[in-house]
Amino acid sequence: MAGSAARKVAVVGSGPSGFYAAEALLEAGAEVDMLERLPTPFGLVRFGVAPDHPKLKSVCQNFTQIAGHERFAFFGNVALGRDVTIDELRSFYDAVVIASGASTDRKLGVPGEDLPGSWSATEFVSWYNGHPDFRDRSFDLSCEAAVIVGHGNVAIDVCRILLKSVDELRRTDICAHALEALAESRIRDVHLVGRRGPAQAKWTVKELREIGMLANADVVLDDSDLALGETCEAELRDPRGVAAAQSVKILRTFQGRPRERARAVHLHFNLSPRALQGDHCVERALFDRCRLSGGAFAQVAQPTGETVALETGAVFRSVGYKGVATDGVPFDNRSGAIPHERGRVMDRGEPAPGLYVAGWIKRGPSGVIGVNRACSLETVATMLADFADRPSKAPGRAALRTSLAARGVRPVDFTSWSRIDAAEVEAGAAQGKPREKFTAVSEMLAAAFAGATSVPQPRCA
Amino acid sequence: MTHVVTKNCQACRFTDCVTVCPVACFHGDDERLYIDPEVCVDCSACIPACPVGAIKDEFDLSDDEEQWIRINAARAPILPVVRAKQPPLPTAEARRSELGLN
Repeated sequence: MAGSAARKVAVVGSGPSGFYAAEALLEAGAEVDMLERLPTPFGLVRFGVAPDHPKLKSVCQNFTQIAGHERFAFFGNVALGRDVTIDELRSFYDAVVIASGASTDRKLGVPGEDLPGSWSATEFVSWYNGHPDFRDRSFDLSCEAAVIVGHGNVAIDVCRILLKSVDELRRTDICAHALEALAESRIRDVHLVGRRGPAQAKWTVKELREIGMLANADVVLDDSDLALGETCEAELRDPRGVAAAQSVKILRTFQGRPRERARAVHLHFNLSPRALQGDHCVERALFDRCRLSGGAFAQVAQPTGETVALETGAVFRSVGYKGVATDGVPFDNRSGAIPHERGRVMDRGEPAPGLYVAGWIKRGPSGVIGVNRACSLETVATMLADFADRPSKAPGRAALRTSLAARGVRPVDFTSWSRIDAAEVEAGAAQGKPREKFTAVSEMLAAAFAGATSVPQPRCA
Repeated sequence: MTHVVTKNCQACRFTDCVTVCPVACFHGDDERLYIDPEVCVDCSACIPACPVGAIKDEFDLSDDEEQWIRINAARAPILPVVRAKQPPLPTAEARRSELGLN
């Protein structure tokens, strides 16, 4: 495929799944335009990955390399639904890939959930990572004990950020506003609470190991929680339970550790949230003690009748992300994802022509960055098979440009993004940080278009 | 700290791992794959992807597996990157059965 025959594909979203879809499409000879509602690319690599995990963020170099391809163009600051409709996109391109991720969080569904002092982990993570939609949030960290509900990697990220000293975080790319607030934090005890047992926790071994290596906090757990039933032991012996077995092994190394440090992570299992209580704000979290019932890999938490209370003024709900519906695109509210068959969007059982999906909005919010690559490869393979030998009929990039210009939308191309990037890196260097992020879209745009007369026009294919 | 491909890859070479690698750190010869420790970001996505459990975090290696750190580091940089899934070796399924992993 070359020249005028190149397929023209729009990718909506610039996180890992979007970039991996772009990579596969470029390799197949397509022309790829990536739309991103913010002026900055990389999605959850920028706004989700913890600031103290810099190595993971090096995937941005791979994404930058993909973005350098001659058939690729970035349209930052262009929001689907605000600046262009899905129907317009479908008419401009041979295919559209929705890779918008899962931007909101699941609720606990318990009374008191909306009291001040109860937040979603997503909000907190987005805030300390400088997402423009969350920059004005405030988190009262003046209590001594925090409760995090959930046993996944996000829960552990929040736990580390709450317990590391400001000195440990100072040289990361954590936002200045978060560093200031954390410097005032009085939180010493973080309770990490899960509904099921150690064998069912969703965290990865790597993240779990890290809480055992915190400089200022001990790990505390109850020996009885590590006395597993026969069904759990069977899960751990199963090839599907390799990661869980490893995780339980690490938990056992935490047993009986002496209390030596000022702060602590308290690991709680088999506690299901029942209510958050307090007069004007959260004062305590109530849980139902549970036991597991059911067969291997299908065990559910059943309340025993015992109630457990934890005194706390800060609750972070970390029970999963959830996708948000896009106007004009089929959506399954229950799963919080777009219905699909191998990446082809399905509308009431029929394929939606030219519409595809990749990443968390396709398969739900689980899996680390790399898992999205396999996911996007599947979607692109499906799309290429659907294209078969039909020639490209779409006008592509020129039509999008014309439409955006008519609406007065000025997209941030990748060159303009690199100007934002350079300004952030420079601002960070002054403080010994890898970068200091801009947290307002207006600041991002000012950096993107600094010295506007010299701003190169977006490339034409 | 890095991840390494250990002995189970030999005679298998399923290559499922490469599809989930976010940074293209897998390199291969005709027999097996290796991870370039300079490129690996320690995300662990490849560990559950391997049908024969060949990939491990350096941290989790037994004493007799430690040698793989050196082997991966030496071989990966001189071999081509493997980025797309390839057919497993003809001996792969037999090897997987032998390992009791199917």
